[in-house]
Amino acid sequence: MKVVLQHLTKKFPSRNRKVNDEVIAVNDFDFEIPDGKLIGLLGPSGCGKSTCLNLISGLLTPTSGRILFGDDDVTDLPPENRGVGLVFQNYALYPHLTVRQNIQFPLQNLKGADRPSREEMDRRALEAAKLVQIEGLMDRKPGEMSGGQQQRVAIARAVVKMPRVLLLDEPLSNLDARLRLQTREEIRRIQRETGITTVFVTHDQEEAMSISDMIVVMKDGVVHQIDQPQNVYDDPVDLFVAKFLGTPPINVFEGAVRGGRLYIGDEDVLDVPGADDRAVWVGIRPEGFVLKPDGRFTCGLDRVEVMGRDISVVCHHPAATADQIRAIISAENRAGATGQAVRFDLKPRKVHLFDRESEARVPFDGPRAPMDEVK
Amino acid sequence: MRGDKKANNLKGWLYLLPAMLFLGFFMVYPLVDVFVYSFEEGYNSASQTYFGVGLYNYSYVLHDPYFLQALKNTFILVVITVPLSTLLALLISVGLSSISKLKELYQTVYFLPYVTNTLAVGLVFMILFKRTAYTDGLANLVLAWFGRGPVDFIDGPYWAKMFVLCFYTVWVVMPFKVLILTSALASVDQTYYNAAKVDGTSPFRIFRKITLPMISPMIFYLVITGFIGAFKAYSDAVALFGTNLNAAEMNTIVGYVYDMLYGDSGGYPSYASAAAILLFAVVFTITLINLSISKKNVHY
Repeated sequence: MKVVLQHLTKKFPSRNRKVNDEVIAVNDFDFEIPDGKLIGLLGPSGCGKSTCLNLISGLLTPTSGRILFGDDDVTDLPPENRGVGLVFQNYALYPHLTVRQNIQFPLQNLKGADRPSREEMDRRALEAAKLVQIEGLMDRKPGEMSGGQQQRVAIARAVVKMPRVLLLDEPLSNLDARLRLQTREEIRRIQRETGITTVFVTHDQEEAMSISDMIVVMKDGVVHQIDQPQNVYDDPVDLFVAKFLGTPPINVFEGAVRGGRLYIGDEDVLDVPGADDRAVWVGIRPEGFVLKPDGRFTCGLDRVEVMGRDISVVCHHPAATADQIRAIISAENRAGATGQAVRFDLKPRKVHLFDRESEARVPFDGPRAPMDEVK
Repeated sequence: MRGDKKANNLKGWLYLLPAMLFLGFFMVYPLVDVFVYSFEEGYNSASQTYFGVGLYNYSYVLHDPYFLQALKNTFILVVITVPLSTLLALLISVGLSSISKLKELYQTVYFLPYVTNTLAVGLVFMILFKRTAYTDGLANLVLAWFGRGPVDFIDGPYWAKMFVLCFYTVWVVMPFKVLILTSALASVDQTYYNAAKVDGTSPFRIFRKITLPMISPMIFYLVITGFIGAFKAYSDAVALFGTNLNAAEMNTIVGYVYDMLYGDSGGYPSYASAAAILLFAVVFTITLINLSISKKNVHY
């Protein structure tokens, strides 16, 4: 079931009559979530991602715009008639019911011809429990389970009624780091096995990148970019997206384009054919640096951190917006990372230019095909 | 080391001493004393003497028609007012938590009786229900609209009086219960309701399967304290029917104890003690029953 958002907007009215502090939590969302895909809504706290999820679930009604599931317009349907499964950040398992009763709860709400028989309910609950691998814990109460197990029960409860769309609100943020890794793989697997169109909300870019088919990067209620994770990383549309994705984060410098060359400070560091002359923000991914004795870009060296396979060259530059620049270099090529200064050449694919005013991407001609510079 | 430990223990007891003395004098000693009194036959408070020890006091109290009347009244009061007031309070607080406009105003209104003096409230109830030479009272006015004859709720038939007493008790104990239940309802995490809503749960089922179990500890607390409070009712009856409760057939167990001590027929601390111990036994039993029922139905 594909989900279509058409010019979806949600405003929260201002609380104070004197001050206009109306919040536009979701501003003109207009995109399509393809059938059977796993979509990550990614953005910093307060950017409206949970609001967007609640609009899709029907817990909130939009100020304007439509929501379609397939060809059905569900905008005016209450949540129970939309056929969505929702998993909450704090799981919202009913503490006084056992796992079995929790999973069966949505089925027992069904009335008339839709209501399965008792055996059918047991069978489906067990099936859902098997899917999330908690079939051995059916008679436990939520309080007697770990966070990860509770999360699985919550997912089982959401999928047991075979929803058209599965919505996960920050499903991993209450789990510890190891469990988070495990559970996100689990979510991916469950989504693949069931084929249910799934939307999940997260503020963790790594989480979104690792399991989504597509991510929607948003900030302050505005969608910045929608694309496959790798494309969003490789081709950020603006400075915000470039800064939000990637660990360690992208290094940002003040720079200028003059006559097809990129200047940082006085140095002409890269040829950028096709870019107009203007002041720019230069974003360089940590892996975009190549150590070279006669490199075009000179930085003051602070220290070298050895991380096994890679080394991290920490340096500084007066034009950088942060105090530190971090370059990740393969450990074999570490020669040259000594002394007071280091010289780099830059990989054009890892360098992104953004207009100084609008912060929108400034394209330049260069080797940009996804795979050509990996080796 | 051993010496240290001993000194430490001594120090500990020393810290406890003020509280222990206080509790001992004002709680433990009177309790024991009441128990002792209840077995002393023919105790004379003037000469502080008694004839013997035995169960005569209990036998006397249990054969006293006034005590049996008080026992009956108390039980009726408990059985009617505890469930009724808890149920009504639940309805009111669910209503209160589902409205948004004027919520605070209603909360204040419902809470007012709690901060009002019992005797003043009793007086108002008397004006509402009492028949005088000049007027039949407001309650009778309403009854007259339905074509029913005037009933004297204060000096009239037993059931009329019992009705007023129950009405009054429910009205007085309600605000506290409403207060407790509204805060219990407010503390239920909203996401449970959202989860239930997404799953298409009907409002009634949400109430029965989610709200009730979630607030069950508070309901249980109200039932227990409600039982205990109703068994100890006394001032309510005095406020409505005056101090001569035996004559009005409206006495309660605590009222009987008071009468035995200080009333016109008073001066019998032994009978009073026996009645008090009987009341204790009843309350204790009921509380035990409550506890055992709650094990199955209260979810912490």
